[in-house]
Amino acid sequence: MKVKNTEDLREIKDEFFPLIKQRMGYSNGLGITQVLVCSGTACSSAESQDFRLELERELDRRNLRDNVRVFKTGCFGFCQHGPIIMVHPGEVFYSKVRPEDVKEFVETHLISGRVVERLLYQNNGQKANNIEDINFFKAQKRIVLRNCGVIDPEEIGEYIARDGYFALADIILNKKPAEIIDRINKSGLRGRGGAGFPTGLKWELAAGQNVSPKYVLCNGDEGDPGAFMDRSILEGDPHSILEAMTVAGYCIGAAQGYIYVRAEYPIAVERLETAIDQAREYGLLGKNLFGTSFDFDIGLRLGAGAFVCGEETALLHSVMGQRGEPRPRPPYPAQEGLWGKPTLISNVETYANIPVILREGWEWYKGHGTSSSKGSKVFSLAGKINNTGLIEVPMGTSLRTIVFDIGGGIPGGKKFKAVQTGGPSGGCIPEKYLELPIDYESLKEIGSMMGSGGMIVMDEENCMVDIARFYVEFTQDESCGRCTPCRVGTKRLLEILKRITEGKGEMEDLELLEKLAFDIRDASLCGLGQTAPNPVISTMRYFKEEYIAHIRDKTCPAGVCKALLDFTIDEAKCAACGLCAKVCAAGAITGAGGQPYRIDPDKCLKCAACVAKCPKKAITKGVRKEAVNIAETGIHTGTGSQEERAAL
Amino acid sequence: MVQETYLNKKARESEIPESFVYGGIPEEKPDEKKIQENKFSELDRYINLYKKEPGQLIIILQKAQDIFGHLPEEVQAYIAEKTGTPVSEVNGVVTFYSLFSTEPRGKYTLDICMGTACYIKGAQELMDTLKDNLQVDAGETTRNRLFTVKSTRCIGACGLAPILVVNGEVHGNASSGEGMKIIQKYRKGEDSESKKH
Repeated sequence: MKVKNTEDLREIKDEFFPLIKQRMGYSNGLGITQVLVCSGTACSSAESQDFRLELERELDRRNLRDNVRVFKTGCFGFCQHGPIIMVHPGEVFYSKVRPEDVKEFVETHLISGRVVERLLYQNNGQKANNIEDINFFKAQKRIVLRNCGVIDPEEIGEYIARDGYFALADIILNKKPAEIIDRINKSGLRGRGGAGFPTGLKWELAAGQNVSPKYVLCNGDEGDPGAFMDRSILEGDPHSILEAMTVAGYCIGAAQGYIYVRAEYPIAVERLETAIDQAREYGLLGKNLFGTSFDFDIGLRLGAGAFVCGEETALLHSVMGQRGEPRPRPPYPAQEGLWGKPTLISNVETYANIPVILREGWEWYKGHGTSSSKGSKVFSLAGKINNTGLIEVPMGTSLRTIVFDIGGGIPGGKKFKAVQTGGPSGGCIPEKYLELPIDYESLKEIGSMMGSGGMIVMDEENCMVDIARFYVEFTQDESCGRCTPCRVGTKRLLEILKRITEGKGEMEDLELLEKLAFDIRDASLCGLGQTAPNPVISTMRYFKEEYIAHIRDKTCPAGVCKALLDFTIDEAKCAACGLCAKVCAAGAITGAGGQPYRIDPDKCLKCAACVAKCPKKAITKGVRKEAVNIAETGIHTGTGSQEERAAL
Repeated sequence: MVQETYLNKKARESEIPESFVYGGIPEEKPDEKKIQENKFSELDRYINLYKKEPGQLIIILQKAQDIFGHLPEEVQAYIAEKTGTPVSEVNGVVTFYSLFSTEPRGKYTLDICMGTACYIKGAQELMDTLKDNLQVDAGETTRNRLFTVKSTRCIGACGLAPILVVNGEVHGNASSGEGMKIIQKYRKGEDSESKKH
């Protein structure tokens, strides 16, 4: 059917609302049980789809199909403990379910009506029956992700039942574009792609161009390693993006939109294709929307694996099927974009905010966040943290809340060292800033940036020099080669860092690094180059002692940089079992029964195979070298202890 | 051992046509020629489908790579001619994006996620182990054309880091030991398959 007005939408809503109502914790009078199976990338990789299929087969076998319905849903965010299923009524939250658990789940939960204790999530030893009992979800505020884990992303009716497309209908039938842009402006929404440009202003700029045609473009080229917010939104709530883009098209006067999404996200691509087809079928995309003269359609463009395409001018070239190289701005894409026409580019998460603002009102939206940054932000938590996953918090939440309350702290009792935000363009934030309320400005001030929202936690076993090298290696590899500061500068930067991690660095390198980093930042053409040195600048600012340890003492305090490691056997612990000598491929370990074994440092390849093998944990790697001062050169080598160094 | 027998078999197979070619006219097996023709006609379908809209070169190349496995020069030239794009531009695009390969790949592509989350949880170790074990460098294919080892950009399943993707199938928590087990599984499958024939 083609939707012509709000009444048609209401009809669809009425049909699907009972399901949603039950999922919100109310009785719906249908007398059914709903099983929601997370079908995001992480849970799917952990065989959630096998669980779903097995469950459906089991339901068939037991003739339970009339009473139990199984749905796919978007990301719950609790990826570390996936696959996740949620059972309504009761909002029972099961984690780490396996296909083998289906039988027990059906018998105990669905037939006998008892909770399967074994599959409940353990919250500090306490079983959490309900999603609200889990700390991970307590401090969160789900605005953008409100539909993820609630609706079936492949069913447009469920999105409509959550009041989707109502705002669009109202706007196209009753509102003027200027009125809507004004609302977006007042909401204080800023671009979620990283730079934080006011979204309303961008819309105004695009709307003010007296050229046609115009285009609306959605940037889903989420290239930052460790960031998966956009992917989860596209997978869990694709229609919210379609609705927002259509509103944008109406406001700026465009009839065609494109979503650029990474080919590395096959599930997101599939869901988007389904969503676009459904929206076309319902007349929510295509010609004469809601019976007016407004046309709008959306096409998909797949990225082909180039990080620089996340930069907006490079993205434009890629959408046009060319090499994704950036160009100088101005002219801004809002003035001259696709095929030289005005183009509105925003990030996926930015669009996902639009329908909420229009539905709940800009006043409501403005009530969340800090003075300069409104609303909420989705972060993907990853790295050395207990609860890896997708979270959404109001702007201004402190890092401590995110890492320790929501994230559950560092695994294995290790010590927190830093949080890296903003991907290869961002920086590392040390412990002293854990209390800082995060928004665009505060992060910038301490040398990092919001970026798209990747948040990687590092513990004492991560070497900050190595991390800087890792990021520069990434940007160097992804540099498109167009401008010299980025192409050559990052290469030189990487060479210096490599030198340092291999123990060949000199103290002058630190100065050189700093100078080069600032030159690259100031002289590069696009955002990729301008922000590429950030990981280096920020780690040098907060972890300079690690650089010095690498250069002066030729040691890696975290025990990561292989060339600087020194493996030794603790003679007191050694049981002389000989396992280490057997496993050593280089033949570097010698010894005989009854005698402690020894490692020959000249032969040792530092593969750490012996460390893993030793039953007594007698082999240590890293900082055991004695500190000495070589008189003729005046160089310190080895670390020793702090006092020992001071005595030199 | 598995690898060796497989190699021998392959070597025997490749010997036959070579000696044949040496003696006379280079003749392709008819079914192979037909397969190639079918591939091009399948590609034609996509080109005609996407040609109508501007800026669809990347997706055509993606489809071509799906069909041919990689993008050799002849395929690039063919696409250039059919779409009316200069072949230099087609080649420029192919070499710009990391998803495109101009070299044939192995039967299984092992993509090791090198995103930050995977990196700090030991992706480099996994990569080193695989490289050592398969005797190839990153981006290369084993001599028996079974495995290609590649690093890939973050696939966003950071909760399961480190990640090993085999032909699109995601394996989570793939520490170096786990990674070897996964490979062994594929090798075994391959071995039993070749025994069947």
